[in-house]
Amino acid sequence: MTWGRISLVVCVVLLALAPLTLSPFRLGLLAKYLCFAIVAVGIALAWGQGGMLTLGQGVFFGLGGYAMAMYLKLEEAGSAGLPDFMVWSGVEELPALWKPFGNPVFALAAVVLVPGLVAFLLGLLVFRQRVRGAYFAILSQALAAAFVILLVGQQGLTGGTNGMTNFTGFFGLDLTDPNGQRAVYAIAALVLGVLFLVAKLLVRSRFGRLLVAVRDGEDRVRFLGYDPALVKTITFTVSAVMAGLAGALFVPVVGIISPAMLGIVPSLELLVGVAVGGRFVLAGAIAGAIAVNYAKTLFSEDFAEGWLYLQGGLFVLVLVFAPKGLAGVVESVRERFGRKPVEVTA
Amino acid sequence: MRSRTFSRGLTALLLPALLATACVDEPGGGAGASGDEIKVGILHSLSGTMAISEVTVRDAELLAVEEINAKGGVLGKKLVPVTEDGASDWPTFAEKAQKLISQDKVATVFGGWTSASRKAMLPVFERNKALLWYPVQYEGLESSPYIFYTGATTNQQIVPALDYLAAQGKKKMFLVGSDYVFPRTANKIIKAYAAAKGIEVLGEEYTPLGHTEYSTLVNKIADAKPDAVFNTLNGDSNVAFFKQLRGSGITPQTTPVVSVSVAEEEVKGIGPENVAGHLVAWNYYQTTTTPANDAFVKAFKAKYGADKVTSDPMEAGYNAVYLWAEAVKKAGTTEVEAVRKAAGGITIEAPEGTTTIDGDNQHVAKTARIGLVQADGQIKEVWSSPGPIKPDPYLRSYDWAGGLS
Amino acid sequence: MGALANQLPIGLSIAAVLLLIALGLTFTFGQMGVINMAHGEFIMAGAYTAFLLQGVTSQSFLIALPVAFAVAGLMGLLLEWSLIRRFYGRPLDTLLLTWGVSLVLQQLARDLFGAPNVQVTAPGWLVGGVDVLGLRLPYNRVFIIGLAVVCVVGVWLYLTRLPAGRRMRAVVQNRELAAYSGIATGRVDRFTFLLGSGLAGVAGVALTLVGPVGPSLGTFYIVDAFLVVVAGGLGQLRGAVLAAVALGFLNGYLEFWTDASLAKVLVFVAIIAFLQVRPQGMFVLKGRALV
Repeated sequence: MTWGRISLVVCVVLLALAPLTLSPFRLGLLAKYLCFAIVAVGIALAWGQGGMLTLGQGVFFGLGGYAMAMYLKLEEAGSAGLPDFMVWSGVEELPALWKPFGNPVFALAAVVLVPGLVAFLLGLLVFRQRVRGAYFAILSQALAAAFVILLVGQQGLTGGTNGMTNFTGFFGLDLTDPNGQRAVYAIAALVLGVLFLVAKLLVRSRFGRLLVAVRDGEDRVRFLGYDPALVKTITFTVSAVMAGLAGALFVPVVGIISPAMLGIVPSLELLVGVAVGGRFVLAGAIAGAIAVNYAKTLFSEDFAEGWLYLQGGLFVLVLVFAPKGLAGVVESVRERFGRKPVEVTA
Repeated sequence: MRSRTFSRGLTALLLPALLATACVDEPGGGAGASGDEIKVGILHSLSGTMAISEVTVRDAELLAVEEINAKGGVLGKKLVPVTEDGASDWPTFAEKAQKLISQDKVATVFGGWTSASRKAMLPVFERNKALLWYPVQYEGLESSPYIFYTGATTNQQIVPALDYLAAQGKKKMFLVGSDYVFPRTANKIIKAYAAAKGIEVLGEEYTPLGHTEYSTLVNKIADAKPDAVFNTLNGDSNVAFFKQLRGSGITPQTTPVVSVSVAEEEVKGIGPENVAGHLVAWNYYQTTTTPANDAFVKAFKAKYGADKVTSDPMEAGYNAVYLWAEAVKKAGTTEVEAVRKAAGGITIEAPEGTTTIDGDNQHVAKTARIGLVQADGQIKEVWSSPGPIKPDPYLRSYDWAGGLS
Repeated sequence: MGALANQLPIGLSIAAVLLLIALGLTFTFGQMGVINMAHGEFIMAGAYTAFLLQGVTSQSFLIALPVAFAVAGLMGLLLEWSLIRRFYGRPLDTLLLTWGVSLVLQQLARDLFGAPNVQVTAPGWLVGGVDVLGLRLPYNRVFIIGLAVVCVVGVWLYLTRLPAGRRMRAVVQNRELAAYSGIATGRVDRFTFLLGSGLAGVAGVALTLVGPVGPSLGTFYIVDAFLVVVAGGLGQLRGAVLAAVALGFLNGYLEFWTDASLAKVLVFVAIIAFLQVRPQGMFVLKGRALV
């Protein structure tokens, strides 16, 4: 019981120490991993607890990211100017869609509400019709593909394939300055911590148990008088909001948002992290997301061509030998050492 | 119940991941010009969809580094290339650029292909006051003090191609492009040109990157009956487009297609029989006859295989290394500001002929060439500009281009 | 008007491409519930087979069809036998598993054949086209339409006329009952995978006529292929045919009236809307299973 709590403390301490020990470059990378970890928490909720394999998490990540990027671009351009990419895309007047994003409150609200609303409506449509399992996975994949095409096609509005780059400030912080970067890192770590707690509370609540019940026997839950579609929709919405927040943080952390981040492949890569860490356990998902992305950085620095073999191979191995991820491995080790057995379903 | 006991214990899982990140900091290090070595970064996509094009540019750049080292290096020091993978992903380009600059402390970076990758790297280089050499023809309208552009800008490729078509009496044009920044900007320029010179633009169509179904588009072209098609499609789409164009009855004799992103390497993938007789616009072909090119082609084939071809972006990447080396020699140091100052006016006898760095906008004066694709996959030059054209990324010296920038 | 009419054969030929890439999936996805993301790479394997065989004999393009069927089929068999059979009952995991496999296969192709596209020369008799009643018919498109028809008829005959095919249908409809009736479902599964993957190989050969041949080939087609199967309904041959034809014409005409990007988005929207009306696709297998 206690060593779980101890490790939590150690993690917090480590995260707090990181800005002191890491170079700004490495700290920036760690902040990026934390953004992915935030998405991973949402995926662990939707997929691990709710059984909804979403391949379109990139869409919500993108909605949050673009909302934030629009505000930062407008902030930079000042009251009269146009964002740089509009100038070279031949747009002469600020499009109406952009205007409200000059307001920071509106932009922050949009970061949460737009992905949430889209996910809620989509979930309502899809889950009411009892589209599930593989169908849902493929539909969410198609959604990601369509979203990317749409973004790319509207170059004057979105920056096209280039997306938006060159952000220098973030709510008064100077992103070119190491101290500004440390602050952004701290915000990312804080958001991750808060969302992790929220997700944990959700999982432990009555709602969380209902969610697992829906995953394991949707029709049975329906016969008991609950509405599984609503349970799934709410969970899907929560996970989308998390992805949106992660996207919004990704913009100041990495300094770029582009359709390349939102397509099918990045969405799948996020799943790799969750699967490796263990989708049924929130902390496992976070650890997996950080570890896999860290491995990606490390390996692509040393042998770029081999990364795909490694990534693909790792994925296959984990699914075959440790379907519950690293978390599952740790669990079986603990059982062997005489801890009280943990009951596992699914 | 499960998750409760579970997650408590498993928060411990965060430990290894985080510890690993925390402990492995600052591997390598070392200054760009320490001891008797100079580190240079090479940053191209070695995986993902862009690898198809960028791997060959990396090869050409590595060849140049090797040749320079064989001749004694720069300032008496050997060049040590540090290669990174941009993975066809723009944020990765920015991340790796930062890594090359702050971890490896390279003296300069050669890299990028797509506009998006350059736009992603630009703030990184400007912020760190480091140098990037960008080797691909692009859409212009940019002139960063920390980027040298060794590929063509629009007035060295697109405008000469339009001049050529106009001189051939082509009055009606159809524009086809992939949906991204270069084709859209190029077509904006083409439309401004057409409006000024009385050329009719019959259609302007974009397809998503990686699109492979062109029968509808070909049908639209057949219906519009243009005199020429201006093609800014990118990568794999060109293969599908030309294969499907061939069966449609549109021939190079009636409707030539002018491509600005199809070079020798792409011709090989499309199949020469599918694209023979159509036109391309570049500054260099493998068949270009200069002494420097004979040596370049021979060295490239010797290093990478006799079946390899050379192309314009490869040559521009190859030149970039030499141009930088000359600028360093002139400056007497690899220090960025000194190199930038020394670079203006640097001239080399490149495979494409005489190339000179323009000190004002850090582009390169290049000769424009229109080529005809041959059945054997090589490209025959049918027209070239009288001499190197002065780069003009904002098209300020063209009165019809007034509203563009 | 001429151009509008010309979209008819074009819609049909898009449909034929969609059908060829999706036909194999109706088996592996439809029968076994395996979301095979490596299906695109089996298509790629077929295309590279055509590349390797060209120039061997004068009719190597035709020979490539059965050879590619065998190559891709064996790859599928190997995948089923080594990995997928451990995953029945975990359809979502098969998606991730086969995605990992597809990454490895793509990189393998890159290492074996190089990152750039390779050239597959179309046989002389498929070059050019003919005008029929003012409609332009490129020979390569006619060939692809013909091949799609042959494949569909072949599959239909197999499913309805041969004992092996009937066993396969039995497993699709009720796996447990089929097993209790003495059908070796494991063997049927393996054979289904061989067949489905082999059809992907055939599609790969045909696609060399109209598209690029490179390591990324599979990624261009995989999403479209799944959409056809989803819209058609699981394990339904007639559903796949109808969905491919519908999507082919929809694609052709939407692109004609708007542009390629918008057409793609509109097709996605149409499919999502359609699934609102028919959540299980066009044709549904009636069952009493509780989920």
